[in-house]
Amino acid sequence: MAFDTGLAVLVLGVAVWTLAAHDTFAAVIGFVTYGLLLALVWVRLAAPDVALTEAAIGSGVTGGLLLGASTRLRRAEIQAAGEKPGATLRFAAVVLCTLVSVGLAAIVLLLPEPAPTLAPQAAASMAATGLGNPVTAVLMAYRAIDTLLETVVLLLALVGIWSLAPDGVWGGFPGRRHQADSEGVLTFVAQLLVPTGILVGIYIFWVGSVAPGGEFQGATILAAMWILVMMAGLVDAPPVSRRWLRLLLIAGPAVFFAIGLAGFAIAGAFLAYPVDYAKLLIVTIEIPVTLSIAATLALLVAGPPERAPK
Amino acid sequence: MNLAFNGLTVVAVSAGAFFFMAGTVGLLRFPDALSRVHALTKADNLGLGLVVLGLLFQVEGPFAALKLISVWLLTLLAGATVTQLIARTARLGTSPF
Amino acid sequence: MVADFLLAAAGFVLATVAVGLVRILWGPGDDDRIMAAQLLGTGGIAVLLLLGQVVSLPAAVDVALILALLAAFVSVAFFRGTTRSETDRA
Repeated sequence: MAFDTGLAVLVLGVAVWTLAAHDTFAAVIGFVTYGLLLALVWVRLAAPDVALTEAAIGSGVTGGLLLGASTRLRRAEIQAAGEKPGATLRFAAVVLCTLVSVGLAAIVLLLPEPAPTLAPQAAASMAATGLGNPVTAVLMAYRAIDTLLETVVLLLALVGIWSLAPDGVWGGFPGRRHQADSEGVLTFVAQLLVPTGILVGIYIFWVGSVAPGGEFQGATILAAMWILVMMAGLVDAPPVSRRWLRLLLIAGPAVFFAIGLAGFAIAGAFLAYPVDYAKLLIVTIEIPVTLSIAATLALLVAGPPERAPK
Repeated sequence: MNLAFNGLTVVAVSAGAFFFMAGTVGLLRFPDALSRVHALTKADNLGLGLVVLGLLFQVEGPFAALKLISVWLLTLLAGATVTQLIARTARLGTSPF
Repeated sequence: MVADFLLAAAGFVLATVAVGLVRILWGPGDDDRIMAAQLLGTGGIAVLLLLGQVVSLPAAVDVALILALLAAFVSVAFFRGTTRSETDRA
């Protein structure tokens, strides 16, 4: 009990500090810390899949994304500091946020006992999908359409970022070219950490069918490892006009969609699986989706093209 | 046997927690960046290492033990990298790249 | 019995590391903030491992594994973000 209270107070404290931080860089550090603490909260609430996703995407990759943004905005930040919103606007924002928070707290506290849940039905039907993890069953079988649309949304976000490139560098290399220091710390880390990370990523993806894990978490780890290698300067980001890159990006959603359409023929509805082949089909979808999401996330963090293609 | 394992866990985890406290105190009280970094690595190294050691007596199966040790080794690697970079910046006063 | 002790240890580590958060607040430099975040990351991993044992959740070790990997990634990103070297070809 004391532990829970302490954790809750800590989370709130870090959140408040992140909002009140003076410059963007400090706020990003606060945000990453907040994500880490939130992962702790999820583990305390016995929701390891959510904790995995929070640690990987919510804290890690989003932190990298925000850092890249804050670096790009550094020049504009000094100018923007003089343009703080007025007092009425800020007061209105405070009122709105408070109302939303109070509303959410009320809903949670006024839930009937026991709270309505579909968990027993979800667990009961798992045997038909051949999976052992109910969360994966929800993501890949019961609500597979949502997962398919999520992959498409990620792709759209990537296209949006690419569209920010100035005309001259259209289709070029994202981000700056980092110099590799062959004796340096980063090279050492990249050579040691990245293979381990790739192994862990594949493990987390593969174990997702029977234990907490899954393709999004595994893909995030793979993406983080690719970005790490790019930051160490050992490889350059590929130019975004390369055909193999684009094929890699659309492979996941395309296979997902194709199997979904095939569901009309073999099982009677979009994204329906025949009972005997459910697990095989799910794995066939998951492998390209993992690779595509890994590439998409890595390119999202790499940013819009900044150097002209050769 | 179980009692002995539990006792070892308690001792190791307590020692680990002590080193975390030492690391935090060092981070807050030491005068400059280099010495703070030194305190920080003690928490990484010994703090987490002793906690992992204590938990090794409680888990079942070699795979779980392997995962615990991997967590420690990866944290060591990350900590070593960051502290090297911070130390270079502090010492040279310039970007380490 | 051991579970109670482990929970207490987790709380202690969390409290200790939270005090280190003060460094994030004060700074004075970005370096100190990165160090405090690193300490919080390591402490968080320790708390996760202890918690996982207390509530018998073996997946907590997987979460700690991911955290350790991503802590390395975010730390390197912090450094790349704060220091743009002149040798970076734009």
